[in-house]
Amino acid sequence: MTDPLVRLEKVSVRFDGRPAVQQVNLSVHRGDIFTIIGPNGAGKTTLIKALVGLQPVTEGSVERAPGLVIGYVPQQLQIEPTLPLHVGRFMSLSGQPEAECRRALERTGIGHLMASEIHHLSGGERQRLLLARALVRRPDLLVLDEPAQGVDINGQAALYNLIRQLRDELNCGVIMISHDLHLVMAATDKVICLNQHVCCSGFPADISHDPAFIDTFGHSVAESLAVYHHHHNHSHDLHGDVVSRRAAEPAAHGAHCNHDHH
Amino acid sequence: MTIIDSVLNDFFWRALLGGLGIALVAGPLGCFVVWRRMAYFGDTLAHSALLGIALSFLFSLPLNLGVMIVCVVLALALVSLSRTRALATDTLLGILAHSALAIGLVVLSFMPHVRVDLTGLLFGDLLAMSRQDLLWIYLGAGIVILLLIKLWDGLLMSTIHEELARVEGVPVEKLRLVLMLMFSLVIAVAMKMVGVLLITALLIIPAATARRLARTPEHMVFLAIAFGCLAVGGGLTLSWYMDTPAGPSVVVTAFLAFLFTYGTTRKAA
Repeated sequence: MTDPLVRLEKVSVRFDGRPAVQQVNLSVHRGDIFTIIGPNGAGKTTLIKALVGLQPVTEGSVERAPGLVIGYVPQQLQIEPTLPLHVGRFMSLSGQPEAECRRALERTGIGHLMASEIHHLSGGERQRLLLARALVRRPDLLVLDEPAQGVDINGQAALYNLIRQLRDELNCGVIMISHDLHLVMAATDKVICLNQHVCCSGFPADISHDPAFIDTFGHSVAESLAVYHHHHNHSHDLHGDVVSRRAAEPAAHGAHCNHDHH
Repeated sequence: MTIIDSVLNDFFWRALLGGLGIALVAGPLGCFVVWRRMAYFGDTLAHSALLGIALSFLFSLPLNLGVMIVCVVLALALVSLSRTRALATDTLLGILAHSALAIGLVVLSFMPHVRVDLTGLLFGDLLAMSRQDLLWIYLGAGIVILLLIKLWDGLLMSTIHEELARVEGVPVEKLRLVLMLMFSLVIAVAMKMVGVLLITALLIIPAATARRLARTPEHMVFLAIAFGCLAVGGGLTLSWYMDTPAGPSVVVTAFLAFLFTYGTTRKAA
């Protein structure tokens, strides 16, 4: 196996002594798609900020491959109303030639907005712009913080599909935070359920049965996930009940998980 | 040489040249003040300039140098204090701005042998611009413009989205420091013209006027410079014919241009 693009070892982040992220181990390789899910305040954003180097870690180590190019898609793009800026100029600030910028915008479906003022873009268009901005730098690792925010329901599925295609085209690793469980599961290789520590991780089918997952998200979410998965790979037993392909394999489970979440 | 000499011998032309030199750097820096919401911050630095003057007299330093040193120290203090988040930034700025101004006035009163023109320091004394002042202004403006050109993309990117800039390898902290140093330099030289109480106006008003007409950040910078030059020219003319104080006249002209622009244009698309 090749060296990981980024490796987190026993990473903890505390704010004024309050833990936000605890003892997280994680390696992202080329071709991986990781989705981080978890309740509010679970430290999801803190974790990916530590991963890209925006957040200093209190303990543990973050190793990035030398020369690693990260395409970062932050939660939102808020531009001061006093700053006149159109899409083309924002893209050219990446230092890439105009043709590349145009191609990246076309790839994310907003090629026609090259001359538009960013203040006039909708939420979904802004997310696509941020994705194009990350993409134009030909990243080795794509890091996205809730990329589907403000995108309508049809757009969301398309956006996750696009992210998956980009992974194949660029042969990059992807790690993202998402709340859209049902959409993400379809387009995701691995799920990390975070509740400060890694509660559980693995393939969607596995963690939907994981007691830690059910504990965090409740039965209804776990069931809808399982149903979605069933719909996705069409496995049935004789009674028409859902059978997960991987039911025999237990999901990887966080070592520190005692299901005792305050 | 004789033409240049006779121009430089005339106090009006010296004032105009100095004012235009300041407008040249107040344009781009004013844009950053507006974009980064640093208006109150600029005010605080400007107020502290008076403390710089007082300390220069105390330690017999050149005035410009004293002002710059105090501005830089205060800027650094502000950056580190605002990180602790013990007080809201505007409260902190309010405390420091007025304390620095007050301490400056108190220190000056302890030195009765020093005769300072307080009105000139507070509201500017553009018509008393000396040849040496001109040298300072153009030297300072040259440095600031070279730095801005060299660091432009990084400064702009970290203004647009600081985190994105950081991930892309822009040295955000270093650039913030350079920007503060440039502000200090401009305040030290612009104080001569409009005084500590009006410097922020000279930074903000032309930039805000330019916003209405600009399509790109660079476009806004050039327009801000143009409006700044217009304000200097108009203000001095007003001062010449109507015998009004020069510094306030410059600010009034800038304000009129702002009103006119906002009154006659629709918001730029």
